[in-house]
Amino acid sequence: MLELRQITKRFADVLANDHVDIVVKPGTIHAIVGENGAGKSTAMRIAYGFYTPDSGEIVVDGQVRQIKSPHDAIALGIGMVHQHFMLVETMTVAENIVLGAEPGTNLALDLKSAASQIRQLSEEFKLAVNPNEPIEHLSVGQQQRVELLKALYRHARLLILDEPTAVLTPLEVEEFFAILRRMREQGKTVIIITHKLSEVLAISDEVTVMRDGKVVGRVQTKETNAAELARLMVGREVLLRVEKSAPEIGRPELELRNLSVADINGAKRVNDVTFEVRSGEIVGIAGVEGNGQTELIEALAGLVNPERITGEIRFEGTNLNAMGARVRRELGIAHIPEDRHRRGLLLDFILAENSILGVHYRPPIVALAGGIFLDNDAIQRRADEIIQKFDVRPPNAALPARAFSGGNQQKLIIGREYRVNPKLLLVSQPTRGVDIGAIEFIHQQLVALRDAGCAILLVSAELEEVTSLSDRLLIIHEGRIAGEVDPKVATLEEIGLLMTRGH
Amino acid sequence: MTKLARDLLFPLIAVLAAFIVGGILILLIGDNPLVAYRLLLGSALSWPDGIGYTLFHATPLIFTGLAVLVGFRCGLFNIGAEGQLYIAAFATAWVGIVLANRSAWILVPLCFLAAILSGALWGAIPGVLKAKFGSHEVINTIMLNFIAVALVSYFTQYHYKVGGDPILQTSPIGQGAHIARLGKFIPGFPERIPLNLAFLLALLCCLLVYLFLWRTKWGYEIRATGSNPSAAEYGGISIRKQIVLAMAVSGALAGMVGINEVMGYRYRYYDGFSDNYGFTGIAVALLGRNHPVGVILAALLFAALQHGGIYVDGFSEHVTKDIVQVLQGIIILFVAAEAFFKWLLGGRFTMDRLKV
Repeated sequence: MLELRQITKRFADVLANDHVDIVVKPGTIHAIVGENGAGKSTAMRIAYGFYTPDSGEIVVDGQVRQIKSPHDAIALGIGMVHQHFMLVETMTVAENIVLGAEPGTNLALDLKSAASQIRQLSEEFKLAVNPNEPIEHLSVGQQQRVELLKALYRHARLLILDEPTAVLTPLEVEEFFAILRRMREQGKTVIIITHKLSEVLAISDEVTVMRDGKVVGRVQTKETNAAELARLMVGREVLLRVEKSAPEIGRPELELRNLSVADINGAKRVNDVTFEVRSGEIVGIAGVEGNGQTELIEALAGLVNPERITGEIRFEGTNLNAMGARVRRELGIAHIPEDRHRRGLLLDFILAENSILGVHYRPPIVALAGGIFLDNDAIQRRADEIIQKFDVRPPNAALPARAFSGGNQQKLIIGREYRVNPKLLLVSQPTRGVDIGAIEFIHQQLVALRDAGCAILLVSAELEEVTSLSDRLLIIHEGRIAGEVDPKVATLEEIGLLMTRGH
Repeated sequence: MTKLARDLLFPLIAVLAAFIVGGILILLIGDNPLVAYRLLLGSALSWPDGIGYTLFHATPLIFTGLAVLVGFRCGLFNIGAEGQLYIAAFATAWVGIVLANRSAWILVPLCFLAAILSGALWGAIPGVLKAKFGSHEVINTIMLNFIAVALVSYFTQYHYKVGGDPILQTSPIGQGAHIARLGKFIPGFPERIPLNLAFLLALLCCLLVYLFLWRTKWGYEIRATGSNPSAAEYGGISIRKQIVLAMAVSGALAGMVGINEVMGYRYRYYDGFSDNYGFTGIAVALLGRNHPVGVILAALLFAALQHGGIYVDGFSEHVTKDIVQVLQGIIILFVAAEAFFKWLLGGRFTMDRLKV
């Protein structure tokens, strides 16, 4: 159905695609996998007309075609759904779907015929939506269905989906897979760009693996496994399961008693939570996002207005409630935030300046005790230390943080928090948007920190991650601790039930 | 090319482009743009008057440009530099009048302090309002401008005016509060030109602002707050404190205009002395890319234009000194339309440039 032959594309001094060959057979679900920067998004954007290749050809249904813009791609039956949706929040589903291809004359917009066409497609592909609902009222999963309908409305026969499950809950992912299977039944061809190996194995028929701009593997899904795919993606053997020894547990570092955290409207997001985290152990919190994890971690880090908190937070016996973020850091609490762009980094500042966030006001970063001048040498030394120990690439502390990939940004943040030798580490979604090679490294570092005696509270929406890293696993549901399980023996069903049902 | 040079290249292009557009306008009203521009800029470069007056006019613009710059770096829009400088100028004169008999050793530092502290106070008010109540500094600073101007006018008119003098100005400050004109130190440079030590103070402030913002921990915290308040908070920085601090420093810098005006030029408070210095300071900060070096260059440009406006007005047939405002306005528009400009100069527009 679609073939990319010897596609080459260069951006300044980066060779994004190096003689890439991809063959997608009609009526299949084809996965393209690779780490960040492997070139998979670039190749697909070329297929969709966002970029033109420097050399090579695109073959659609056996014929060589020039695709100079998305218009050309759409005319050939190619549709694309991006990772970050392109929807107008205030307009309705129907209005969004027809935007750019409106039926009717220039003066009279014929939304009725659009609505009926949408309903038809909706039934055919089991994409339940209400055409008259404004986008801002829809859940992320529903919005994704609107994006799919947008493509189908334009008679797409091939759908390219970029990281489609990045924003979905586990339940929504299952529904999404059902939609894909239905499309395949109806004769559509689907390409998914992803780095989630478990999903590739669950849904695709064929896999193309890319690395550093080249295609390094082409396999039938039935004939491969996660280890092989990971090895192709990274270029070496990758440990998918964290190896750790039994924990050496010490005294409780963090104790929560009847902790409740309300949001701005007074609704309780964390509801009467009691547990403790001891030194030398990793306590994990699993749960569907939005069940209070964010508020819990932020309250522990000192980033929530104390008026909204009831109950006790004790660190090494001291009540933290009245203490702000700075004092908590000084006591030895470090925090790896779930949103690295919003909380964790000053994106416009250079990496060196980011490496001192949190310790910027005291020696050794400040030149003299009680002084006000920053010691540039000390800053550079700290930055270099972190870059070296955590393999941040490119190893240049003078570049703005914005210029680094998500995985490298995350490594910097982790390195920065580790460098203060914390006694308690609060960490949330440590490997979100991070490449497989870096994930392995980050997991190893977390275990190393735990072995050195740190108490770690880990929040993660990735079940594999939180079960393999935690020594004890709590499940959170609607702000309460729904249960505690032994991660070594608990089944995914058990955990899943607690996550979704709460008991 | 260093990053700074690259950052200043764009405003330079904006200025050149503005001059081209201005030139077209001059043509349309019937004068020769080259003649008009030669009058406009040439007069700014003559010795001693052109350069002297240009640098003198640039002094308040450097102060207000720095004031706005510090605010911007904390994510704040200080539209109140005008009010801050009026309060400070009056306070400076007041100290100079009340302690008129003291020697310069006492009076000069006290007047400096009056300018700096009163400006800082007037700037801190909207800072506190924002920190405590979240009320927007744009609105509060603008309103405080009106209050400042009215207050100061009132005090001048009813309490400090020289009896019988129709001009709205205070009595003169004591001799000890005078600061020297640069003519005293430069051979061939007459002392009638009001360029004074405050100009050197302005340059010093540029250096101090640079050191403050980029070399101290306080500056780091201010810039972090301006860049990403959520991350700053995460890093243990108190956003409220930074807002008040930045607005106070900003007000203090604006207040130093009083030193130039009262201690170095008129030796009294003269009501309405400010030729929109506070607002032009915003343009200067923008054009100077919120960097002290840029502020100096932008202030010099705007000062040159201001000075040249009078010559153009007098010596050309159709062009009046409003051309200066027109040029300033076009420069601002072009600086604001940066993205459009980069596209225009960036070559053929292809889809490749879309960073989707």
